[in-house]
Amino acid sequence: MFNPTANFKVDRRDGKLAMAHFYVAFTALAIGGLAGLLQTLVRSGKFELPAGIGYYQILTVHGVVLGLVLTTFFIMGFQLAATSKTSGTLTNKQRVTGWIGFWLMTAGTLLAAVMILLNEATVLYTFYAPLQAHALYYIGLTLVIVGSWVDGAAIIMKYAEWRRKNPGQPSPLLTFMSLVNTMMWIVATIGVASTVLFQLLPWSLGLVETVNIGVSRTLFWYFGHPLVYFWLLPAYMAWYVVIPKVIGGKIFSDSLARMSFILFLLFSIPVGFHHQLMEPGIDPAWKFLQVILTFLVVIPSLMTAFSLFATFESFGRAKGASGLFGWMKKLPWGDARFVVPFIGMVAFIPAGAGGIINASHQMNQVVHNTIWVTGHFHLTVATSVVLTFFGVSYWLIPHLTGRRLTKAMNKLGIIQAVIWAIGMTFMSGAMHAAGLLGAPRRSSYSEYGGAAQAAEWIPYQVAQAIGGSILFLGIILMLYIFINLAFFAPKGEQEFPVGEAAEETEKAPMVFENWKLWLGITFVLILFAYTIPFIDLIQNAPPGAKGYKLW
Amino acid sequence: MHMHKFEKAWLIFGIGSLLVFLTVLGVSAFYLGNQPPSCLATIDPEKVDKTAPFNEPGLKKVEGKDWDYELVFVASAFSYSPASVEVPYGAKVKIIATTKDVVHGFEVAGSNINMMLEPGYISEHITTFDKAGEYLIVCNEYCGVGHHMMSSKIEVVK
Ligand code: HEM
Ligand SMILES: [Cu+2]
Ligand SMILES: [Cu+2]
Repeated sequence: MFNPTANFKVDRRDGKLAMAHFYVAFTALAIGGLAGLLQTLVRSGKFELPAGIGYYQILTVHGVVLGLVLTTFFIMGFQLAATSKTSGTLTNKQRVTGWIGFWLMTAGTLLAAVMILLNEATVLYTFYAPLQAHALYYIGLTLVIVGSWVDGAAIIMKYAEWRRKNPGQPSPLLTFMSLVNTMMWIVATIGVASTVLFQLLPWSLGLVETVNIGVSRTLFWYFGHPLVYFWLLPAYMAWYVVIPKVIGGKIFSDSLARMSFILFLLFSIPVGFHHQLMEPGIDPAWKFLQVILTFLVVIPSLMTAFSLFATFESFGRAKGASGLFGWMKKLPWGDARFVVPFIGMVAFIPAGAGGIINASHQMNQVVHNTIWVTGHFHLTVATSVVLTFFGVSYWLIPHLTGRRLTKAMNKLGIIQAVIWAIGMTFMSGAMHAAGLLGAPRRSSYSEYGGAAQAAEWIPYQVAQAIGGSILFLGIILMLYIFINLAFFAPKGEQEFPVGEAAEETEKAPMVFENWKLWLGITFVLILFAYTIPFIDLIQNAPPGAKGYKLW
Repeated sequence: MHMHKFEKAWLIFGIGSLLVFLTVLGVSAFYLGNQPPSCLATIDPEKVDKTAPFNEPGLKKVEGKDWDYELVFVASAFSYSPASVEVPYGAKVKIIATTKDVVHGFEVAGSNINMMLEPGYISEHITTFDKAGEYLIVCNEYCGVGHHMMSSKIEVVK
């Protein structure tokens, strides 16, 4: 669709704002990657941490900086850049809003980091009560979330302005997608913000003595599942909109892309119970209802898969490919901007299959809280999502810094992704296998008093350490490329690829922009899935739990 | 908005499989009774040691119930009571467990017995031990520095 508001280049001032986010994100990658390597080494049983540093302290670092900081900063930077590119330069007010968001998030990150380093917050990134961290840790994480809301407000303001100036027109696709993800994030984070502000913070400050565990966990998981879709949707933005342009093809259908994003908005939130299947206090019928809602995201996922392969195939055929798979050969296998996210897409096939197992009411019993789960999300977030983010960085960073991706860096980018895939095959594969044998997650090296079953897990832990070492090499390469693209690559023009729809004339139905409708349905679904079991958790609550500091 | 005929076919196939899949899960859950552990009973976490049946952890023969034995576990950082227990081969057992402090896991490695123990709540699971041997019980939810040391074992004896 012809879009007169789109900028050829992201405005330099908006570029700076996005780059600020990326500096933090890649710093997090460096720190978190090192922690990850150390974890696998410790778990192999062949290495001990020096200077009295605890395993769970570095695991907290790893979870917080990679699961929360890297993802949130990268996503916000990417979405701000995408909105500025497709809907036009941010106004000063919008940009200042973005900067306030950035600094709030950064301040929160630093505060949380200090508390982790002081060993005052070794509660992992999920901070399940009644383990009780220092109040400043909760305040730090709250600032990260509030900052992300302010960041998101900049996107919402830009969107509103665009709609005002272009009445009756569907918004640019990348802006639309950024907006959906931002709104999903805001609705979802209300849950975690509530438990932190109304339960954990007053409790850690000593204002109240006990906390309602069932309520706290339910509020956490109301947020915890959409969190993973908040990571995934920006990758889908790149897959739907950027990749078609990179390969020289077209977006399969603009309208269907919008529809699948709306479906993700509706079905990502009322499903948190699938993380609480093994928990007491929740009626299994309500668990099952949320399991059904969970599986409804299969529909937009199938749409996405279809759309991607349709784009690839139409492109190949237009280039004269024949036969069932002849189009594969026509794809640009030498272009990191395509190959790196493509490896991410491939990883999503086993990742998605694993996810279906995890969410299956009864099958969850076999894998719940085993290292299988860790293997699973290192395929989803730490491969599919992260490799897509790397693939995006290869054009977005030079685009924003006025440089270009050289042939050498392009090649290094592909090598990086191949290394990542190999390392992850070892690490995630061994985690899946050990998990099926019962090896627990979030556990330092242990022989469990010489138990025969635990001895079976150890060879897999050695395999994880081999995979982890290969992955760490991948992280070093990525950081090298990032620094090159940010500071040293030759000056030049690097395209911000935005695909066009195959059918130019077909205007996306305006109903997709009806937020009263979509947010309305979202809230109805949430109320439907949560009201009764939540009231149950409050009315039938046991005496509250006191805080513990067991590290 | 139009949809390609292949995409329609793909979605009909996908949604059809999904319905079959969810039906299987539903029948297993509600008809065959394979529900995840979801006990609704509560307890005062401060008084676990004084509350039956947790005042006497371990295996107890019971009469007139659908199961032959009750196996009671109390978890606290970083151990389970009992630290090991023998169960007769083929016995139908109701495992009843809770925690005195933070959240712990209760996983019998290599089996389907897997449940969260949360302060204030009781968790239950009914199972038949029909394979002899030694089973390791591990805590699979982070509970503090000693988390990876927290274990117990069940010995199924003929
Ligand atoms: C060098 C690459 C990496 C290595 C070697 C690595 C290794 C590990 C290991 C061994 C664990 C879990 C250990 C346990 O359960 O005891 C873990 C947990 C985790 N990893 Fe990674 N990882 C890497 C990259 C990533 C990336 C890129 C992300 C996210 C974008 C990520 C996110 C997480 C999260 C959220 C956890 C859970 C922490 C927790 O359970 O509290 N990891 N990682
Ligand atoms: Cu989930
Ligand atoms: Cu534990």
